[in-house]
Amino acid sequence: MEKYILPEIKNYHEIEVYERHGGYVALKKVLNMKPDEVIDEVKKSGLRGRGGACFPTGLKWSFMPKGNDKPKYLAVNGDESEPGTFKDRQIFEFNPHLMIEGIIIGCYAMGINAAYIYIRGEYGKWIKMVDKALSEAYAKGYIGKNILGTEFSTNIYTHQGAGAYICGEESALMNSVEGERGYPRVKPPFPAQKGLWGAPTTINNVETMSNVPLIINNGAEWYSKIGVAKHPGPILVGISGHVNNPGVYEVPTGVSLLSLINDSQYGGGVPGGKKIKAVIPGGSSTMVLRGENLDGVNMDADSLKAAGSSVGTAGIMVMDEDTDLVRVLARIAHFYHHESCGQCTPCREGTGWLEKMLHRFEHYEARQEDVDMLVNVANQIEGNTICALGDAAAWPVQSFVKRFREEFEKRVKEKVEISAA
Amino acid sequence: MLNQENLEKAKALFTRYPEKKAALLPILWIAQGQEGWISQEMMKFIGDLVGVPYAHVLGVVTFYTMYNDKKLGKHHIEVCTNVACLLRGSDKILSAVEKACGTKLGSTSADGKFTISEVECMGACGGAPMLAIGEEYHEHLTPEKTEQLLANLK
Ligand SMILES: Cc1cc2nc3c(=O)[nH]c(=O)nc-3n(C[C@H](O)[C@H](O)[C@H](O)COP(=O)(O)O)c2cc1C
Ligand code: SF4
Ligand code: FES
Repeated sequence: MEKYILPEIKNYHEIEVYERHGGYVALKKVLNMKPDEVIDEVKKSGLRGRGGACFPTGLKWSFMPKGNDKPKYLAVNGDESEPGTFKDRQIFEFNPHLMIEGIIIGCYAMGINAAYIYIRGEYGKWIKMVDKALSEAYAKGYIGKNILGTEFSTNIYTHQGAGAYICGEESALMNSVEGERGYPRVKPPFPAQKGLWGAPTTINNVETMSNVPLIINNGAEWYSKIGVAKHPGPILVGISGHVNNPGVYEVPTGVSLLSLINDSQYGGGVPGGKKIKAVIPGGSSTMVLRGENLDGVNMDADSLKAAGSSVGTAGIMVMDEDTDLVRVLARIAHFYHHESCGQCTPCREGTGWLEKMLHRFEHYEARQEDVDMLVNVANQIEGNTICALGDAAAWPVQSFVKRFREEFEKRVKEKVEISAA
Repeated sequence: MLNQENLEKAKALFTRYPEKKAALLPILWIAQGQEGWISQEMMKFIGDLVGVPYAHVLGVVTFYTMYNDKKLGKHHIEVCTNVACLLRGSDKILSAVEKACGTKLGSTSADGKFTISEVECMGACGGAPMLAIGEEYHEHLTPEKTEQLLANLK
């Protein structure tokens, strides 16, 4: 497939090169459209968010109140902290103008005059790249006052995070922009009603915004035919773990998971020709799949849902037959405990218990009844918290134990054998 | 205290947001860039500048893992041990780092040259195993490459 988000064009991050290949043409087109027409086009395209929840983007935009009389904001989510996810960084480095053009279009469509690109603190180097691209776009009159001689004005700023996974959660992100600790807010009110500084706000992922110029340039109809109908478009897939060619690959949605792992133009197979034991398909919070159950599973929302997982951030982590899954899950549990903001009891306490119990499994100190207790604790977190970090902590535990119960039971039995010897 | 140049930079940030308080995180970054860490005096100074109590600044500094409220070694070595890195041998990288720095994870070497930290996924899983030194990412590491890298640091 042709590449749209990460085309292989030299120096594409420079504004002149981007313009020479049709950059900022979509913006000019949009400035002659009515804002509602732009939102309709995005709706018709079928674009769904690339930040993890697959929410329809046009619909989200339509929740914003109309008009330009009161302040409204756009927050672009580049926190990218879900383990297994490393795609937005590619956009910052290789195609920042596509994202920026998408952001200006989004601002125009929703009548927004200020956008903040929230980028994780560790990406200091990439924030400088985005800042450079922004200043190029300001200099050309694409951002700022009276954009390209029209009545429309908007500013775009980067905002650097400082090391907190929870700030990727949209309401925590808003608190972090406001100069607060990154505590998620109770919803409702939803951001489109009451977001940044109490004003209507939309939050979209970096990759989501980068799809917008493609839709405007080529039409919703064209876009909706890329990949699968219910979750269309190009998607950036990150492949890591036990594959020969880890990296980010742009594909249409709906490519088979096995082809992504094995084909030479993608992951290139498992080193040493080993078997696949397990795959986490969409970042560490998505449910793990067994290697033997991957036939017919594709990278799109519906197919992965049917397989008992989700597309998440499309960060595929591959584990070969020799992988110690108990250790992997213990590491995941450590992560969610470390990143819990501590506001609600089920998450604060539950993630700690999960981590401790899994530590016992890892070190052959667990009891038989602990296998079910793990799942019980996870079940009590799920759905009982302010934000979805609680669910994100529960799903890996539930799915690892359900799909690889033998690994956890073996860890108990081995202990029995050791102590009997 | 921020030096004159950084104070100007900090004040310029206020124009980006409808409320001054929103400039707190970026100003803390400027302060850390200047001093390498954020002292109590600096937190008070920034609180006054931004118009929030010291307690608020302290709360923010301690919430976010990347702000240092203590001095670190000259080079901060951050080793990722999350899943993708674990699967590709972050254990060995960590041992190589400990050996080369002559100190353990979570501590600073006696000569003040290195501080070693374990970090959560850095968004470089395709380049696992990896570590970061300041803003620089070092990916696709082996223990040998790691030792070489650290030996070359002055
Ligand atoms: C704990 C947690 C962490 C999240 N981290 C991110 C992130 O790093 N990047 C992101 O785009 N969305 C993240 N999300 C999802 C956001 O809350 C939000 O749904 C998303 O940014 C919306 O953008 P989209 O509709 O374009 O996908 C996270 C959600 C949760 C619960
Ligand atoms: S679920 Fe966890 S991370 Fe989310 S608000 Fe509650 S304690 Fe914080
Ligand atoms: S797991 Fe180490 S960078 Fe993602």
